[in-house]
Amino acid sequence: MSEIINLSLLLFLSVLAVTIARLRNLFAVVMIAGFYSLVSAALFTVLDAVDVAFTEAAVGAGISTVILLGTLLLTTKEEKAPERWSPLPLIVVLITGAALVFATEDMPAYGDPNAPAHKHVAPRYLEDSGDEIGVPNVVTSVLASYRGYDTLGETAVIFTAGVGLLLLIGKSFRFRDPDGE
Amino acid sequence: MSGNIILRIVGKLFIPFIILFALYVQFHGDFGPGGGFQAGVIFAAAFVLYGLIFGVEKAKRVIHPNVLQTCIALGVLLYAGTGVAGILLGGNFLDYGALNSHDPVHGQHLGILLVEFGVGMTVASVMMSTFFLFASRGRPS
Repeated sequence: MSEIINLSLLLFLSVLAVTIARLRNLFAVVMIAGFYSLVSAALFTVLDAVDVAFTEAAVGAGISTVILLGTLLLTTKEEKAPERWSPLPLIVVLITGAALVFATEDMPAYGDPNAPAHKHVAPRYLEDSGDEIGVPNVVTSVLASYRGYDTLGETAVIFTAGVGLLLLIGKSFRFRDPDGE
Repeated sequence: MSGNIILRIVGKLFIPFIILFALYVQFHGDFGPGGGFQAGVIFAAAFVLYGLIFGVEKAKRVIHPNVLQTCIALGVLLYAGTGVAGILLGGNFLDYGALNSHDPVHGQHLGILLVEFGVGMTVASVMMSTFFLFASRGRPS
């Protein structure tokens, strides 16, 4: 049953991706990109990665759609048609895709308990986080406590992105004008 | 879009629940999926929805951009400050166990709560600032 769901979701994703690549109407592209994120979120849920699915749904389908729509206000509604058809992008995509498919051959099977990712620090987190951190959601205790330094870095990245945006296009960042706002 | 009565009414109905859900995700992240990042995004989404329906200028009156700019820095400071507090109380940087001298597990709980709150604050403020910046940029032209 789970294979059927996975397969249909993956099929759906590829159909959406091809649609995005073929469409020229940017509004439709933004909407389908949001839909693409929602379907990926469903796929992550099937893979039991609920936290990732949550983030994908909130960020990919929610906020980035809105921000892309905001960007659309600053640009045109239609993407320009390419002047002449070039096979180069297709070749690059096909080679990259083939390399990725080839690389998956060496990856451990999904849920394999002997996968390297499950052999290193994961058993310790799973066994000891209950006593050490006392938080039922191990994802939270890994993200916020064991790997707190990484999360601090991620927050700093978001901080930097926000400050960069404010400096680049923010008008209100100026010191207060003498004549009101 | 502010002329559309269905949007206005449904938006007004939904926004409190979106904010409530954001707070739930924020403070329930220890038990279920979610945490500061997701909560921040959902919290921002409520204000983005408000801005889309009632106009960016009205949304800016609810949360002033200067407040957002302060909160962007405040969230990171809260996170890093929690880490520094760990050093001052005799532990390592970001070692929340030191926050409570009696029970390290309670210290961990407190640390995770503060740190997630810092993440949520920064993420929500950055997302709202981004929306305000882009949305008010398109207006004049």
